[in-house]
Amino acid sequence: MTDPKKTKDFDRRLAAARGRQVEQNRPKQSVASMSGAAVGLRIVIEIMAAIAVGVGIGLALDAWLGTKPWLLIFFCILGFGAAMANVMRTARELDRKRLAAKQAAEQNGSNETR
Amino acid sequence: MASTQHAEAGAHPEKVIDPLHQFEIYSILDINIAGYDVSFTNSSLWMVIAAAVAVGIMKLGLRNAELVPSRMQNVAEMLYGIVANMIRDNVGDAGKKYFPIIFTLFLFVLFGNVLGMLPGSFTFTSHLIVTFTMASVIFIAVTVIGVARHGTHFLRLFFPEGAPLWTAAILVPIELVSYLSRPISLSVRLFANMMVGHTLLKVLGGFAILMGAAGILPIALLVGITALEFLVAALQAYVFTILTCIYLHDAIHLH
Repeated sequence: MTDPKKTKDFDRRLAAARGRQVEQNRPKQSVASMSGAAVGLRIVIEIMAAIAVGVGIGLALDAWLGTKPWLLIFFCILGFGAAMANVMRTARELDRKRLAAKQAAEQNGSNETR
Repeated sequence: MASTQHAEAGAHPEKVIDPLHQFEIYSILDINIAGYDVSFTNSSLWMVIAAAVAVGIMKLGLRNAELVPSRMQNVAEMLYGIVANMIRDNVGDAGKKYFPIIFTLFLFVLFGNVLGMLPGSFTFTSHLIVTFTMASVIFIAVTVIGVARHGTHFLRLFFPEGAPLWTAAILVPIELVSYLSRPISLSVRLFANMMVGHTLLKVLGGFAILMGAAGILPIALLVGITALEFLVAALQAYVFTILTCIYLHDAIHLH
């Protein structure tokens, strides 16, 4: 009955089962688990919006100041820079979320085996 | 409405499959105030329905609030919990007083998206002007909150901390354009997701009719895509709200 080998085996299986349960009960990190397509679409729209704003400002100022096409070119480049800044910011934010989710997972795991 | 238009345009009035017809806005009640057309359209009708359903669910769920929640109460509390957690995680304690507006926004977009999945209904979030108006309100509100809290210090938002001063000439315009692009990316994201999904559904539905017996294939695909569309409807409402929270965070904490 109190065979040490058997109890050890039981403990191991108990720990495994508890680990699984924790895995199941963990709140889902919806942004961290966002699918690749959703992340891609988000980044594409960030780029598009920044360039659209740059082109819009350029065209408006050109029409107002009569400097066709120099401000359009200038703000196009600025818009592209802003697009890159947006992408970097989005990527950094997604990275931070993923890291936080990973840390939370590790925390849960260590709490369970305590 | 549709049949008259197509009768003028095409040879087979009843055979024309137009996937974009679902986005057509028509007036239900013509109203004209001081030369402005403020007619009550199908879009307005579904906005009213979305608002009514949102209020209805919250009222019904919390009417007989108990310690052990009923199903409706659970729905209402979950919706509350999602937004409350989102604000706590993304804005912090300072964001608590903006809960009502963010919650309203979330419910409006969520029910706009989800009710749009009903056959024959109208998805008002699939119109750029609707999402852009919402995004503009958020953008202006966030800017006003930032200026009110920090005064001229708010301008520091346009200059990344720790960068050498001489880079300001390049970085400030870039950050400014990036800041101005926020309402556009916010509105286009929601609009594009809703419009693309609904068009795809109708195009595949058109295939199902045209392919006759083999139409079973697109119908099978439609089942999956409809499920995906429900996911997108909820997820985009979530993303719209979470980005609002992030913008609010930037305005309150400046990075």
